[in-house]
Amino acid sequence: MSAPVVELVGLTRTFPGPPPVHALDGVDLVVRAGEYVSVVGPSGSGKSTLLHVLGLLDRPTGGDYLLDGVPTSTTSERHRARLRGGRIGFVFQQFHLLPHRSVLDNVLLATLYSGVPRAERVDRARAALERVGLDHRVDAAPTTLSGGERQRVAVARAVVTGPSLLLADEPTGNLDSVSSAAVMDLFDELHASGLTLVVITHDPVVSARAQRRVRISDGLLAEL
Amino acid sequence: MRRRAAPVALEDVLELAEAETPPPPPPPRRRRWWGRPWRRGDGFDLRDLLAEGVASVGARPGRLALTMLGTVLGIASLVVTVGLAQTAAGQVGRQFDAVAATQVVVRPGSVLTQSGEERATGRLPWDAEERVERLAGVEDAGALAAVDLGGAPVTAVPVNDPSAPAAVSPPVVAASPGLLDAVRGRVVTGRSFDAGHDARADRVVVLGARAAERLGVGRVDRQPTVFLGEVPYTVIGVVDGVQRRTDLLDAVLVPLGTARADLGLAAPEELQVRIEVGAGPLVARQAPVALDPGSDDAFDVEAPPERSRAREAVQADLNATFLALGAVALLVGGLGIANVTLLSVLERRGEIGLRRAVGATRRQVAGQFLVESVVLGLLGGVVGASLGVLVVVGVSVVQAWTPVLDLPTAFGSALLGGLIGLVAGAYPAVKAATVEPITALRGGV
Repeated sequence: MSAPVVELVGLTRTFPGPPPVHALDGVDLVVRAGEYVSVVGPSGSGKSTLLHVLGLLDRPTGGDYLLDGVPTSTTSERHRARLRGGRIGFVFQQFHLLPHRSVLDNVLLATLYSGVPRAERVDRARAALERVGLDHRVDAAPTTLSGGERQRVAVARAVVTGPSLLLADEPTGNLDSVSSAAVMDLFDELHASGLTLVVITHDPVVSARAQRRVRISDGLLAEL
Repeated sequence: MRRRAAPVALEDVLELAEAETPPPPPPPRRRRWWGRPWRRGDGFDLRDLLAEGVASVGARPGRLALTMLGTVLGIASLVVTVGLAQTAAGQVGRQFDAVAATQVVVRPGSVLTQSGEERATGRLPWDAEERVERLAGVEDAGALAAVDLGGAPVTAVPVNDPSAPAAVSPPVVAASPGLLDAVRGRVVTGRSFDAGHDARADRVVVLGARAAERLGVGRVDRQPTVFLGEVPYTVIGVVDGVQRRTDLLDAVLVPLGTARADLGLAAPEELQVRIEVGAGPLVARQAPVALDPGSDDAFDVEAPPERSRAREAVQADLNATFLALGAVALLVGGLGIANVTLLSVLERRGEIGLRRAVGATRRQVAGQFLVESVVLGLLGGVVGASLGVLVVVGVSVVQAWTPVLDLPTAFGSALLGGLIGLVAGAYPAVKAATVEPITALRGGV
């Protein structure tokens, strides 16, 4: 069995303030390298909180989270930023591309903060864009792309640094079915070539593509 | 045959079926195309920071122009005010260089006694003119003194007319031969007296132009006479064009030696010295020593300040007023940058969140916004300084002046723009650093 990429041990995240909200209530989860996991659940179930904690954007209030075996709950913000840049790739529902920068610049953005050697940055970014089938739109502005193309740029940006974990938050939420299928095919390819994926979605079609499915409700995880 | 035919047919059917269904997908590539590991990485350093800052600023040219506007105007007005003040001061300086900056006046020093009287502490020697003319930087020198005739009239023709109204006599001034040159006088008619007249104490006078008119002396070829009291003096010339001590135009000038011998003059009262440009401080220091080596502090010397100091003094007056205006304009420019940068922090929350998500630290985000506002300020400074220089040159061309603007001012004000950007960007940068990536990512970019 391959090494765990994500290891959640009794993880809790409580938002203070009367009354305190237990968004995650003692979650245990192990995602091994190369796994493709989908997380489903109704809105307000703690999906987003789980994603934020997994993405090191939020700190758990209890328990521990080991990323590639490195404990992250109590490390410095600086170290967490480095882990975020080097080991995690994000794909968001709203794509989050910088509208005034070219497609290539948007992909290069991820290489800036993650320690990719300067000489390799452009080559890597072009290779990633070629792989998602957008090598002809390298210098285009993101605003001229379709939704599906934008999300493919976002995927290229997420994987250009060679992360251990790809986190996707409703990646098809703003896409039509054809574009969704293209993005899901891309995820399948990434999975096939060994990338670990965690996809948060409420779309059963998307969820069905995953090898392993997890349901979250009221801050608790259950395997499906 | 039939039995053999059937499996063939079945195979055909199967083949057909296979042809209808799409071929199975190729085996997935196992190689990690999405990122090979690297040996030695490069972090987000100053080069990246500058590149990102410049790229962000350059991404929106329209906004860039609007944001810069305040700084451009502020820096331009600063350069224009400083430049025009310097240019104007250059003109002013040149105008009074011509006369004021080449004149030195030496008088005997005086002190106020306890009883309130003013008493001279020094005395100009009779040969003051020769003593001072030997100094380097002195072009002409001349001593003079007012002569008191004790109420005796100065007339061209002595007429005893009891009914005539009492006329005011022109003043009589004793002058050494060099005085006329020292005060830039010009002989209109006849000649001036020389060292010979002075030494022999000849009874000759030279009239100032207005005094000549008053006494009715128009020409000197018939040797007209002027009576100082009862004593006749021959008029040998009329002078005009005096630029210092213009009161000499109203006076009757007698040689110093004659005044000493005939009119009881005790000592010269004043020494006018015409100097070369820039020799003021030197002559002021040396003249008292030359006049009286024993007590060189017994003289008051009025000398022009050094050329540059005169100019600086004028500039200081002009600049103080205009600089205040420029500073206000700059303040407005700085506030403009701060305002727009702060707005753009709010507007770019999504971008900030994204940058944090791909590994930027708070410090790197703050650094980027700071760099952006410094770049904005610098650009505004450069554009503003260039505009300012153009305006100064333009105004100078129209006014037919020589444009004067020192380079440190032009370059310094461009840099000042960057400094303003730095100060203006500090608060927005701190704001950007405190943006939480989670909340920022919920909105769009």
